[in-house]
Amino acid sequence: MTNNVQAILAQGLAQLAATHDPQELENVKAHYVGKQGSITALLKQLATLPPEEKKTFGATVNQAKQAFEAALVARREALAAEKLAAQLAAEALDITQPGRGQGKGGLHPVTLVQQRIEALFSSLGFEVADGPEIETDFHNFEALNIPKDHPARAMQDTFYVEGSTPEAPLVLRTHTSPIQVRYMLEHQPPIKIIAPGRVYRVDSDATHSPMFHQMEGLWVDENVSFADLKSVLIDFLRKFFEQDDLQVRFRPSFFPFTEPSAEIDVLGARGWLEVGGCGMVHPNVLKNVGIDSEKHTGFAFGIGLDRFAMLYYGVNDLRLFFENDLGFLEQFR
Amino acid sequence: MQFSEQWLRTWVNPALDSEALAHLLTMAGLEVEENDPAAPAFSQVFVAEVLSVQKHPDADRLNVCSVNVGEAEPLQIVCGAPNVAPGIKVPCARVGAALPGDFNIKQAKVRGIESCGMLCSAKELGISDEASGLLILPADAPVGLSIRDYLNLDDRLFTLKLTPNRADCLSIRGIAREVAALTGTELDPIGIAPVAATISDTRKVTLAASDACPRYAGRVVKSVNQAAPTPDWMKQRLERSGVRAISAIVDITNYVLLELGQPMHAFDLAKLQGGISARFAQAGETIKLLNDKELALEPDMLVIADEARPVALAGIMGGAESSVEAGCRDIFLESAFFTPGVIAGKARRIGFGSDSSHRFERGVDFDNCIVALERATQLVLDICGGEAGPVVEETAQLPARKPVALRVSRVAKVLGVQLSADEILGLLRRLDLACDIAGDVITVAPPSFRFDIEIEEDLIEEVARLFGYDNVPVQPSSTRLFMLPQPGNRRGKAALRNLMVGRDYQESVTYAFVEEKWEADFAGNNQPVKLINPIASQMSVMRSTLLGGLINALKYNQSRKHERVRLFEIGRIFNSTAADGQPEKIAGLAWGGRFAEQWGTGKESVDFFDVKADVEALLAPRTAEFRRTSHPALHPGRSAEVVVDGAVIGVLGELHPKWVPVYDLASAPVVFELDLAALTRIDAIRATPVSKFQPVRRDLALIVEENLPAESLVKAFDSLDNPLVTAIKLFDVYRGKGVPEGRKSLAFKVLLQDTHKTLTESDVDAAIAGIIRKAEDCGATLRV
Repeated sequence: MTNNVQAILAQGLAQLAATHDPQELENVKAHYVGKQGSITALLKQLATLPPEEKKTFGATVNQAKQAFEAALVARREALAAEKLAAQLAAEALDITQPGRGQGKGGLHPVTLVQQRIEALFSSLGFEVADGPEIETDFHNFEALNIPKDHPARAMQDTFYVEGSTPEAPLVLRTHTSPIQVRYMLEHQPPIKIIAPGRVYRVDSDATHSPMFHQMEGLWVDENVSFADLKSVLIDFLRKFFEQDDLQVRFRPSFFPFTEPSAEIDVLGARGWLEVGGCGMVHPNVLKNVGIDSEKHTGFAFGIGLDRFAMLYYGVNDLRLFFENDLGFLEQFR
Repeated sequence: MQFSEQWLRTWVNPALDSEALAHLLTMAGLEVEENDPAAPAFSQVFVAEVLSVQKHPDADRLNVCSVNVGEAEPLQIVCGAPNVAPGIKVPCARVGAALPGDFNIKQAKVRGIESCGMLCSAKELGISDEASGLLILPADAPVGLSIRDYLNLDDRLFTLKLTPNRADCLSIRGIAREVAALTGTELDPIGIAPVAATISDTRKVTLAASDACPRYAGRVVKSVNQAAPTPDWMKQRLERSGVRAISAIVDITNYVLLELGQPMHAFDLAKLQGGISARFAQAGETIKLLNDKELALEPDMLVIADEARPVALAGIMGGAESSVEAGCRDIFLESAFFTPGVIAGKARRIGFGSDSSHRFERGVDFDNCIVALERATQLVLDICGGEAGPVVEETAQLPARKPVALRVSRVAKVLGVQLSADEILGLLRRLDLACDIAGDVITVAPPSFRFDIEIEEDLIEEVARLFGYDNVPVQPSSTRLFMLPQPGNRRGKAALRNLMVGRDYQESVTYAFVEEKWEADFAGNNQPVKLINPIASQMSVMRSTLLGGLINALKYNQSRKHERVRLFEIGRIFNSTAADGQPEKIAGLAWGGRFAEQWGTGKESVDFFDVKADVEALLAPRTAEFRRTSHPALHPGRSAEVVVDGAVIGVLGELHPKWVPVYDLASAPVVFELDLAALTRIDAIRATPVSKFQPVRRDLALIVEENLPAESLVKAFDSLDNPLVTAIKLFDVYRGKGVPEGRKSLAFKVLLQDTHKTLTESDVDAAIAGIIRKAEDCGATLRV
């Protein structure tokens, strides 16, 4: 009888192992441990046995049943794992295909450089200011201590706009300096601004565009000196070019709206390179905008953003910035 | 201002080499733009005399010359120059000479005849382009002298980029004065002696506009030889200053201008009728100038006139009729001072200037007129001969030279460096400025040659310049520090730019001046703001829309074979010339595939709705209403104006198909343009609690007339204002089977939620019924 139990169990385990289909596995289960199952039948026989046999035979059958059920569970799990593995294999992708969907655009190189400079100056508390591009002669020239017929006007070939009268000419701003005039007319010191923007001059070749970008800086307070001017601009240039030992020099120059005035040069691989102009705000300019020049001093500077972008990115033709060729622009993503 | 270094060194000769001198000038604010050798390097070339010339036996064009180079034995040299002749003096490159262009002279046989050097043309020495024959030297050139020494070739040409305030350095004398101040080297005294009059001829001078011409000096010189040759030394100095030698009298006036900075003019005395006056032009007067330009004079133009007519445009150019030409015997020399403000701007107005106007409009030393006149007179007598009359001079009120006060404490405040009164005085005195000190205040009397010392800051600049900008210390600032405000209701341009970049747009920068036609076509603007002096006709008006520039950039990129173009720009447009008529806009353009060509996304072209989503993203969290519009640039059926809070803030749409061929485009892009100000203001955000109860979703498919805008249904639903309805969104539009012709099916998702309780079936049914009633009011039927 015991042999019979072992034979049934061996047969059952073999059937489980041979089964690959979950549904069939349930049929095998029913065949052995279901209501009509052969192991179930053995259990039913117990009732008919004498007590001493009942005990030993009962233990044998129960062991067999447990062994079968354990094998069944293991087989179920194995089949589920096989099924999942097959599903995963079937679902595998060529993960080397490119990602799909909308791409990413990019900013104009001059904007990138402008944002970089704005970030540097805002870390020192400079606010960004702006103003109109068709300017009055007053804001672009007169208030900046450049009277009519001053030879300094010849330094900047000016676009004039229709609607001008001889008394009140209208110009395309030749520099961003009128923004400082407008700002100072509306604010009292402390004033600490930068003013990036488009400016216009009658000039066009590989290094000149009739429209280009400048950035003006202005700091007016009770004790702003030429030494502060040097400190801020040297710090800026070294941070901008990420070169702590960058050599910067200030060379005496002339701008009607600053006194003393200086050109700013940096030492590059091919010698000194002019990168901007600066100086202490001329007392006449402060007077023109109603700021007490006895109490307040300040410095102003102007740099060419296009020039900085050319230096920063190694661009050698200014015109590329205004052609809007995607082949060029897409390099700046 | 170009000049010869050697000429400068005859006035002041500091112990600095050429490069150090250039650096000194640059760092003092007289920027040396160029510093080039007067002649290229070469060696072993000497003054030689051709003793005899014989035909080469085997070559028609060659001669065999015997040449004296100053040694015991003459050299035999074969020469091919056509102008070789016995007795002439020429440069001779000896064996071992290295000429410009890596040309080394060796002993050689030329067609069988030994040649021990080469006779040179000016071109072979690199000193001019003259190559037609040998450079023939004056008969008195000393044989055997190095040609570099003889022609003074070891000189350098400096070019200064002078700023307008430094007119005092527009002469050798002025630069020398500056170098002397900077180096402490002694300046040679001018040494110009008055020339005594040997005749008594004069012309009366009248200052009829004494504010404009407060000083006029003149002098008659008679019996000059107008045709006398200009001496080589003068020619050389003129040429090295970039001035062409013309004739002796003209060259002398130019020479004095370069040397002393005083513009001079010489009239033909015979052509002057009576006395001279400096006056403003009268209505209707004209003058023909030295450059042959006929000029109608204006009443604010100062002229020099004789008793009949204007004979010169004062300070700018002499008249042609009274100029010194061949045959002129007697001259009248002019040396005057004209007020800068009177000359300024005139050259620009008439379209041409001169070395003279360049100086007068910046300021000429008014105490130098007589010195310059004496100098010119002496040169005329030396070179052209003649007899000088007495100097005639009239002087009115010369420019005031008000003393300028400089506070020692102010120097420290402005420069940020502490200098003592003695240090400051030492610096200023080097500039030959007369200074007095009383306590903290130094008083300076500006000299007649400086027009840029009027206020305290002008002196501070001089102090800083001489102290050295490089010596001003760099130190941490002691000024007050403030953080920048960060307004919560503003959104920066950077955020908008990044949003566009994230949606695959490339930023562009296009010109603010455009073709007039673009304004008409893309903005319907027939009266754009025009430039008076545009650089080109296609850049003649100011844009009132950014679209033209973007469309032009599209065309450019299409021609460069780009298949997909997505651009945006932020910039000002110009509705008027007023400050508030120049708002900033953001505009975008999309053309080509909805996505960059790739696997698995389909090949659809970008359309109205793609770009509408971009516009909505720019506006979010605000929402806009899109109204059908009529816009000159756009397709009437595929364009909308964008309305936020009742105000039109921009447009969106497909480019009108009629512009596609006109602008040579492959097909129409979708474009938008919005007011930047509407996007940079954002509403303050206040959070609301989130409901804990489950939302319910119901979908409604509504069949409507084809021309019913989806938006009108949404608006009708919104008017219900049912607090349970949290969102109604259009999620599908269907036409075709199951929907009658001329109608469309719009599928809406309705989300309902209560903040206090779970919604019951009847709550939901009631809300949906309300929505359906509204839909039916709009003519919709429920699709079943």
